[in-house]
Amino acid sequence: MIKEAFNGLRTAWKGLALTLKHFGGATEAKKVKGIAEANYFEQQNGIATVQYPHQKLPVPEVGRYQLEVVIDDCIVCDLCAKICPVDCIDIESIKATEAIGKTSDGSVKRLYAPKFDIDMAKCMYCGLCTTVCPTECIIMTPQYDKSVTHISDLNYKFATMTEVEAVEKRLEQEKQLAERQAAKLAAMKKMQEDN
Amino acid sequence: MEVGKYGLLQTFADILKLIQKEYIVPALADKVLFTIAPVIIFVAVYLGFVALPWAPGLVPANMNLGVFYVFAIISIEALGILMAGWGSNNKYSLLGAVRSVAQMVSYEIPIGFVIISAVMISQTLDLQLINYNQGILAKQDILFLGFINVNHVGGFLAWNVFQAPHLLLAYVIYFIASLAECNRAPFDLPEAESELIGGFHTEYTGLRFAFIFLAEYAMMFLVAMLGVTLFLGGWNTPLPNFGSFKLAEYTTGIFWGIFWVMGKCLLVVAVQMWIRWTLPRLRVDQLMTLCWKVLTPIAFACLVISGLWRLLLF
Repeated sequence: MIKEAFNGLRTAWKGLALTLKHFGGATEAKKVKGIAEANYFEQQNGIATVQYPHQKLPVPEVGRYQLEVVIDDCIVCDLCAKICPVDCIDIESIKATEAIGKTSDGSVKRLYAPKFDIDMAKCMYCGLCTTVCPTECIIMTPQYDKSVTHISDLNYKFATMTEVEAVEKRLEQEKQLAERQAAKLAAMKKMQEDN
Repeated sequence: MEVGKYGLLQTFADILKLIQKEYIVPALADKVLFTIAPVIIFVAVYLGFVALPWAPGLVPANMNLGVFYVFAIISIEALGILMAGWGSNNKYSLLGAVRSVAQMVSYEIPIGFVIISAVMISQTLDLQLINYNQGILAKQDILFLGFINVNHVGGFLAWNVFQAPHLLLAYVIYFIASLAECNRAPFDLPEAESELIGGFHTEYTGLRFAFIFLAEYAMMFLVAMLGVTLFLGGWNTPLPNFGSFKLAEYTTGIFWGIFWVMGKCLLVVAVQMWIRWTLPRLRVDQLMTLCWKVLTPIAFACLVISGLWRLLLF
């Protein structure tokens, strides 16, 4: 038991001496380096604390952080909402009466999006939505420190259409639908008469 | 490190923040126990300082049962912790409180033994008299290592740990047990606030939490100061009279006394922190083994040696 106690004291002293050595060496500030750099573990001495708001570690490019939608490039295909494991994306679509325009990669836009909400409180940051997006309009930004004062502020709204515009487009779509229905009925009637 | 130069004003900013915070009482908590527990913990620890002497002739309350009083008042803290854990009505708080109390009650045994062995050398329970008898102002014969009279030399040679060298071992036991007594690392397993949930004070917020934490840090200073008083000469100077250089006489007085006792206390607290930075936490069975199978027998041996010391040398 005496041997054990002696060994305990000896090893405790070893540890204490090591702490003291680092305490004396804590004069150098932490150098901020990204994990990808070759000499990431080089700094063995000095202060280990990253002074966070003043110093920020660079984030890796493949990191998954806040979602962002470039709504002008969105073709409202709804694929992201379908793949989402936690159903945090809520999209409403209105068919346009004609092609609205083109996205930056040349896809034709035929749908309006009066509602494109992503609830970041539900998001599990898997990044599946960014992989399925055909026009790459939904992306993850490198921003990782985000705080809001109310939980409803975590529901990001990306749609740019106003309510008035949406009602207008809906009416246009209904009108077009009615016209087509009427045309279809007329065509069928004509077919019956011809027979 | 944000407020003031080098973060000097950070403590005040923290206090202001904690004062502004909301008091949250869990819906199913025992409201009375939950509310008064932080007060009891805080008051119990701070009442302990009443009996501790600061300098020759300077002690807030001079009582002839000082050691007994401090030891008794520290035990009240265990009651407050149990009230906090039980009143929170949360199983983790209750488990944390039960473990805290088990640890504190267990470690009071070796602490009690080593305190008695120091008291046996000093032959008094009056903390101020214990201080007087460890320096040049001694009212009885003091013998370095039990043989050489050092009444006129003073300095560190007159401290209790050098009057009877087995008290050096007793002080080590006192120091280890006092770490456990104030739930500091490496004995902070009931709380583990650096990684886990915080034990008995999980449910506390705002100023109540501040009270509990202030009490914990005050407890560190209290046990450090009691140990310094009992073993390391209290407010007595470490510098002995050296021929015609009357260093001990030059450095004894009210302001010197406050300086020495503060200096020694801060040094002991610094060692407590140094140990916290270094040693990993013990398991609960290792904690109890250390207390009952190692510290208690050695503390008891110190007690016996103190008794023989008095019997054979005086």
